[in-house]
Amino acid sequence: MPLPDTKVSTRPETLPRFTRAETWVHRLTAALVAVLFASGAVLYDEQLALLVGRRLVVEGVHVVAGLLLPVPVLVGLWLSPQLRADVGTLGRFLPVDRDWLRRRDRRKAKLPVGKFNAGQKLASAVIVGAGLVLFGTGLLLLAPARIDLPVALRQGATITHDLFTFGLLILLAGHLWLALRHPEAREALRSGRIDRRYAEREHAAWAKQMRADYER
Amino acid sequence: MTAGQPDPSARPVGRRVVLGLLGLGAATVAAGPWISRGLGTVAGALSEHDPTGLSALIPGAGWRYYTVTNSFPWRPPSSYRLAVTGNVDRELSLTTTDLRRLPRTRLTADFQCVTGWRVPNVRWEGVRLGDVLAAAGVESGQTAVEFVSYDGTYTESLTMAQAQRHDVLVVDTLDGKPIGRAHGGPVRLLVAPMYGYKSCKWLSEIRVSDHLATGYWEQFGYDQNAWVGRSNGRRDAPT
Repeated sequence: MPLPDTKVSTRPETLPRFTRAETWVHRLTAALVAVLFASGAVLYDEQLALLVGRRLVVEGVHVVAGLLLPVPVLVGLWLSPQLRADVGTLGRFLPVDRDWLRRRDRRKAKLPVGKFNAGQKLASAVIVGAGLVLFGTGLLLLAPARIDLPVALRQGATITHDLFTFGLLILLAGHLWLALRHPEAREALRSGRIDRRYAEREHAAWAKQMRADYER
Repeated sequence: MTAGQPDPSARPVGRRVVLGLLGLGAATVAAGPWISRGLGTVAGALSEHDPTGLSALIPGAGWRYYTVTNSFPWRPPSSYRLAVTGNVDRELSLTTTDLRRLPRTRLTADFQCVTGWRVPNVRWEGVRLGDVLAAAGVESGQTAVEFVSYDGTYTESLTMAQAQRHDVLVVDTLDGKPIGRAHGGPVRLLVAPMYGYKSCKWLSEIRVSDHLATGYWEQFGYDQNAWVGRSNGRRDAPT
């Protein structure tokens, strides 16, 4: 009986996508963000505040989680060359990324998308930018009342922290929605490996490159 | 690997987006007072026709709910009592009905917290602190009034002259509604011309005395005379 095409059968079913450092950076950052949203909601909303009480504890949790927020990313950048390389890839827009953004049939057009598509690149940049704004305004809000910050600065920091939180909330809702619709991507963040067929469909150029590397 | 030599057609969009957001954040901080006022006005107008209470979620709508203890205390109005004690002719224990028998007064003012947030045009209703003190009869030579919260921890104080001002009230109504638990109800103090920490929430006792006691935040260095814009090293517009 003829064996199936050996070339196909030796092709791995999954491709390495993220290192352990990267999956852990994502996990820890996600946990901190969840704590920040939960504690922030209690500090913000009257009904939740009444339900939970313990304002000083909630406030402390929010502040500590906020101060810790950059730590996983910074440690990851220090430890993981691949995370540094991926950050570089995320920051650079190629002609295919413009194409991907413009076309309505972007998912069917077989575009040579790299490791990250333009949506992922934009979203990651927005998350970093908004995160920095929230971190900075959070530090301003931490200044005790006795420190004479101009009142306009305090008020500005308060409203900016609120507005950017709402903006980020919308973005992260979209992030979770897409994660729900792409179980292969979720699996990649769990195990570090992505389904090959999915990668060939969604990240064709990257999958091709990975195959070339593999066969070399 | 894929992360090799930079592609000449690559554009640093990521960096531009990050820097753009930082700029937007800085602009929002700079325009904060105007944005807050605008949103506060919108939220205020909406909340008058908003049975869902969702308008309270609009950012900048204002109130933050502070408590220095672990929970928000609550006495139902039916069992609430306000004690008037100290150097008075007759000590009182006032129910909410007793308070309502005193001459009612209304006041609309911005509420300014010393940490920076401000709620515009808050409508309060209650009785003058001076009338409550008069009902108990202040003995001669008394210079100060102390306030105790039924949260068990918070205290505040005013000089007798401050306590007699017409914009210092014992209030039970906020924006047309009975004052809720988070706002310090059913009855709280309102010292309209001063920072919010003077307006003792969950008021349980008014004590007349011949010396000024140190309030809760004053222990931590806040000013006793907490005039908005003229104390605590701050320059807010007066309420």
